[in-house]
Amino acid sequence: MKNYSKLQLTALVVLRFLVGWHILYEGIAKLLNPQWTSAGFLDQSQWILSGFADWVTSNAGILAAVDFLNTWGLIAIGLGLVLGLLSRPAAIAGAALVFVYYLNTPPLIGLEYALPVDGNNLVVNKTLIEAAALCVLALFPTSKIFGLDYFLAKRNN
Amino acid sequence: MNAKVDRKDENSSSNKNMEKEQGNGMQRRTVLKALAGLPVAGFLGFEILKKKNYDGYKREAVLKELGLDSIEFPQADYGKKSSSGDLIKVGFIGFGTRARQLSQALGFMHPDDVKSRQQNNTLAGWLQQEYLNVAITGICDVFDLHAEKGLATAKNEIRPGGPDAPKLPVKRYHSYQEMLADKDIDAVIIATPDHHHAHIATEAARAGKHVYCEKSPSLHEDELNELYTTVKNSNVVYQLGHQITQSVVFQQAKEIIKRNILGKITLIETTSNRNSANGAWIRHLDAHGNPKPGDEKSIDWKQWLGNAPYAPFSVDRFYSWTKWFDYDHGMIGQLFTHEFDAVNQLLHIGIPKSVSSSGGIYYWKDNREMPDSLHCVFEYPNHDLTLLYSGNLASSRSRGRVFMGHDASMELGSNAVITADRGSTRYARGIQSGAIDPSSPMISFNPGAGQIDAVSSASEKYYASRGLTTTTINGRAVDVTHLHVREWLNCIRNGGTPSANIEMAFQEGIACIMAHKSYVEKRAVEWDDKLKKIV
Repeated sequence: MKNYSKLQLTALVVLRFLVGWHILYEGIAKLLNPQWTSAGFLDQSQWILSGFADWVTSNAGILAAVDFLNTWGLIAIGLGLVLGLLSRPAAIAGAALVFVYYLNTPPLIGLEYALPVDGNNLVVNKTLIEAAALCVLALFPTSKIFGLDYFLAKRNN
Repeated sequence: MNAKVDRKDENSSSNKNMEKEQGNGMQRRTVLKALAGLPVAGFLGFEILKKKNYDGYKREAVLKELGLDSIEFPQADYGKKSSSGDLIKVGFIGFGTRARQLSQALGFMHPDDVKSRQQNNTLAGWLQQEYLNVAITGICDVFDLHAEKGLATAKNEIRPGGPDAPKLPVKRYHSYQEMLADKDIDAVIIATPDHHHAHIATEAARAGKHVYCEKSPSLHEDELNELYTTVKNSNVVYQLGHQITQSVVFQQAKEIIKRNILGKITLIETTSNRNSANGAWIRHLDAHGNPKPGDEKSIDWKQWLGNAPYAPFSVDRFYSWTKWFDYDHGMIGQLFTHEFDAVNQLLHIGIPKSVSSSGGIYYWKDNREMPDSLHCVFEYPNHDLTLLYSGNLASSRSRGRVFMGHDASMELGSNAVITADRGSTRYARGIQSGAIDPSSPMISFNPGAGQIDAVSSASEKYYASRGLTTTTINGRAVDVTHLHVREWLNCIRNGGTPSANIEMAFQEGIACIMAHKSYVEKRAVEWDDKLKKIV
């Protein structure tokens, strides 16, 4: 980490804050909306995960569990990234979660979705890019300098 | 780029060689750096609070503009009190597909349905349905197979109320007269083909049995008059089978109409949109294309025909009876009845002054009499409005049910979506100031929340228009047919008049008979309000 240039470090921290902010707010917005459920999104699922999505939506108990884990997972990952607390596990978990979102509704040729789409996408969309950004953040950590992980590392030493 | 990651972090404790003062400064700076995320999180929290205030203000502004800020919906008493009063003993007359659904609404399910519900995990939800303190003690069907299904349903002990519910013997009756003569039956549910509805309901009322009758109320004007007079002069509770107005959304739509949010309504458009053989009432074949069970040995065909003209037995007629005018009014009887009831419950427009219908058999060119494309125009000059009905059985393009007012329109389905009109007088200022956007829904109801949403985000609008929500009471999805039979039973126990009472049934029956007559006679048909007669 000491080998980052000042500019590189700044860029990585800014990226971490931006992605963290986005994920944290996605979680909080779901928490604040008591009617929110992932059923609408999962109903759209068409590719390799559509069987999984059907299983979740056809079972009220599992759907509730998925909604709960999704909301609090997003909040935990978002907080981890913004505060720099357990930032690497947060980034890895975030990359996996966001990639699952992508796999449910990838913009592939022949797959049509009824949900409104943001922008024009072919194979690559902003969700996939966010998953890739999270991989970068996992591989280029900054939280031991700009983050609460500093204190964790200090205690471990 | 030399950006290789060094996992072993460096911290200030390794800077022992530095001067003390400098070390303290470094330490402070390092700690401050480590806390850099806190202001970011704080800023996000601040922005979230700001957004919540803004959304709340926006919602209030729209609702205030509409005078809906003080709206209060009566809290549903559903499931909150245990069923009081005596057990009501119910007999089913006719036990086909609809009766199977009605018995589930009463709290009884056939063992086969229990099994399939177990498999798709919906049994538990049904078992939570309110126990209605009823027992099915009689089954009457002209078809042995259906009667046996009815008996198995009535005897099944897997039901709401559980093992504590009384277990009474169930009797099969071979004619409805036999059932009506039995003193042990308190009330009957009539779910036969439509040509039996009126005369069975009339005789049931004469025998002092409460009546829940599927639509349509009657196919003939004289029968309808007789039914009306008989029920009016009796103490029985008559409820016509129209469950959709039991939805929470309808209570909310009522409030919208009462508060004149839409302005003067001059046009209502109702539709049916189907595109399948089953939807076109071709129902005598199973999934493999073979005729469904039943022959003259197991079906009492003479009784099935009843007052209808003689026709030789056929499996086609027995299952797909809707196709012939002797047994039904086609789309008018099966689908428009629901539309009429929805509109009449909201606006109380009653019997139209005139009706003209047109249409034809354009797609399903089999042995049917009923048109598969049908359009009826109902004129209400005394209410200054036209009610349109357009039904089609060869295209399922969704056309909805829309109330068009000068100030706003309301699309009423599984939820209500209200959109301000560009040319509205009432909302002109709101539209000009930008508070109201006529190009997207102004308000919608969320039955799940039981409250009004001023629609805001794109995805919310999307779901509002799709109506992905279900009718929910106290956070639980509830079958509307269950609510409709529950209302009927409550009126039997505590007095009162159910929503689809005999007055509503009479108005609906007349409107439907007029529409059918107009189609058959190819002329406009009028209602003479003085003579109380169709002319």
